[in-house]
Amino acid sequence: MTDLFGDLRDLYQEVILDHGRKPRNFRRLDDATLTARGDNPMCGDRMELFLKTAPDGHIEDAAFQGRGCAISMASASLMTETVKGKTPAQAKQMGEAFRELAMTGTCPHCGGDIADDMERLTPLSGVHEFPSRVKCATLAWHTLNAALDGAKEASSE
Amino acid sequence: MDGHIPALDLRRIRDDFPILSERVRGKPFTFLDSGASAQKPRAVIGAMVRMMETAYANVHRGAYHMSEVATEAYEAARGAVARFLNAGDVREIVFTKSSTEAINLVAHSYGRGVLKPGQAVVISEMEHHANIVPWQMARDAHGIELRVCRITDAGELDMDDLAAKLADGRVGLVAVTHMSNVLGTVTPAERIARMAHEAGAKVLFDGSQAAVHRRVDVQALDADFYVFTGHKLYGPTGIGVLYAKAALLEAMPPFLGGGDMISEVTFEKSIWAPIPAKFEAGTPPIVEAIGLHAAIDYVQSIGMAAIEAHERALVDRAMATLPHIEGLTLLGRAQDRGGVFAFALDTAHAHDIATLLDRAGIAVRSGRHCAEPLHERFGVESTCRASFGLYTTPEEVDLLAEALRQAREFFR
Repeated sequence: MTDLFGDLRDLYQEVILDHGRKPRNFRRLDDATLTARGDNPMCGDRMELFLKTAPDGHIEDAAFQGRGCAISMASASLMTETVKGKTPAQAKQMGEAFRELAMTGTCPHCGGDIADDMERLTPLSGVHEFPSRVKCATLAWHTLNAALDGAKEASSE
Repeated sequence: MDGHIPALDLRRIRDDFPILSERVRGKPFTFLDSGASAQKPRAVIGAMVRMMETAYANVHRGAYHMSEVATEAYEAARGAVARFLNAGDVREIVFTKSSTEAINLVAHSYGRGVLKPGQAVVISEMEHHANIVPWQMARDAHGIELRVCRITDAGELDMDDLAAKLADGRVGLVAVTHMSNVLGTVTPAERIARMAHEAGAKVLFDGSQAAVHRRVDVQALDADFYVFTGHKLYGPTGIGVLYAKAALLEAMPPFLGGGDMISEVTFEKSIWAPIPAKFEAGTPPIVEAIGLHAAIDYVQSIGMAAIEAHERALVDRAMATLPHIEGLTLLGRAQDRGGVFAFALDTAHAHDIATLLDRAGIAVRSGRHCAEPLHERFGVESTCRASFGLYTTPEEVDLLAEALRQAREFFR
């Protein structure tokens, strides 16, 4: 029975389990300038994202609250860490690159300015082998888009 | 000893289901999601193929041999369903595409067509969305009041609350599950029907789960409406059944309009066909009806009593292990229950557990199982659900328990 789950450590890498158990920036931002709710109705994953943007638009702080699986919590946690200091355009570029990473496992657009941050997100690339779980990983980024666009709701269904 | 029920020959039964010899991720396929949709035996697959290869044409239409053969087979399926439910009259069996459509039919034709605005429909907290949403639609379109009967913490219907909901005599219909697709609870259908009738209400049972696991006798239950679906009974998708007392069907306006459901059409008006054709507009699921007939023959050749006994043993085995797994919360502890178990683990979300189990070749459902209000009732976001079929083995139940123990450790 020892090898019941085989190579699942590829999906649940230690960094994901760690962020899943102890998500970073897991709090409300009372002085948030942008917020959005993300919802995966089929799964029951829910999150609320808080962004504090500076007058020039760049993201000064990011935090979230919610409930969900290890993948969705870890992804939201890592996202809030990596988008701090980014302009909305950079954050959206990262979101695009991340969605490709989650769906294909490769990231042709992960270079340039965002290379270091995308490197931090690569532990999540394992979800591409689990089509039903991709939406868990991308929920946070859909929610980020919604917040930046001034929409209140996002869904990764 | 009243044990004249023979034990199932599980090896032979499993051989009847080709898919069970598939391997998943290099492991034997442990299918514990029959509650969502059951696997198909060769008898069903073969009957459908044979129908299409040798006896297929549209039904109730052609004055030619093959159409007559097909019509005869289609009507024979109706007869098999009537006997399966012990309906008194074969005209009381209406084929639909699913349980969901059957409930929508009743919500439309009885809910809006017969009930008066101001009358109430009682459902329960443990309904599948299919037995919630159609009544909300009837409420919003027709002014019917929707009442929700509470369930107890054990996951049983709160019979005192049901009595209270019925007390003012304004309830026209009680529509509740015969077996919860999440809690496994089997509801006391006879008693519910008696209470409903005493209060002047009709009763509908959603038998999507129950009809698979137990012998259902609609006359003994005194059910006014009973619905179930083919694909959970080892039959094909695309075919469901509505049983309704003939007098009710006669009094109800049609649901869908079209061919087959009329006896006369002019541009001024149409005259409805007699029941059950009145409720079967359009070309019906012909091959699927033949598949359902084969599925009914298949489970009856094994015997519903033997299937029930087998599943009871599996339930006992699961109840002896699952609740004792550290950190596992089982939803519902009904006294009378079938082989459906919804649970949560303290260290891991339902989706993570399902992904882990999948790696071990075990298929369970994760999420809210089309029963969001029930999950809110128990204060859980989502659960995993393991559900058993007649081919489930005791070893598979043990494997599930062991995998859950390991999954909990994996995420600690």
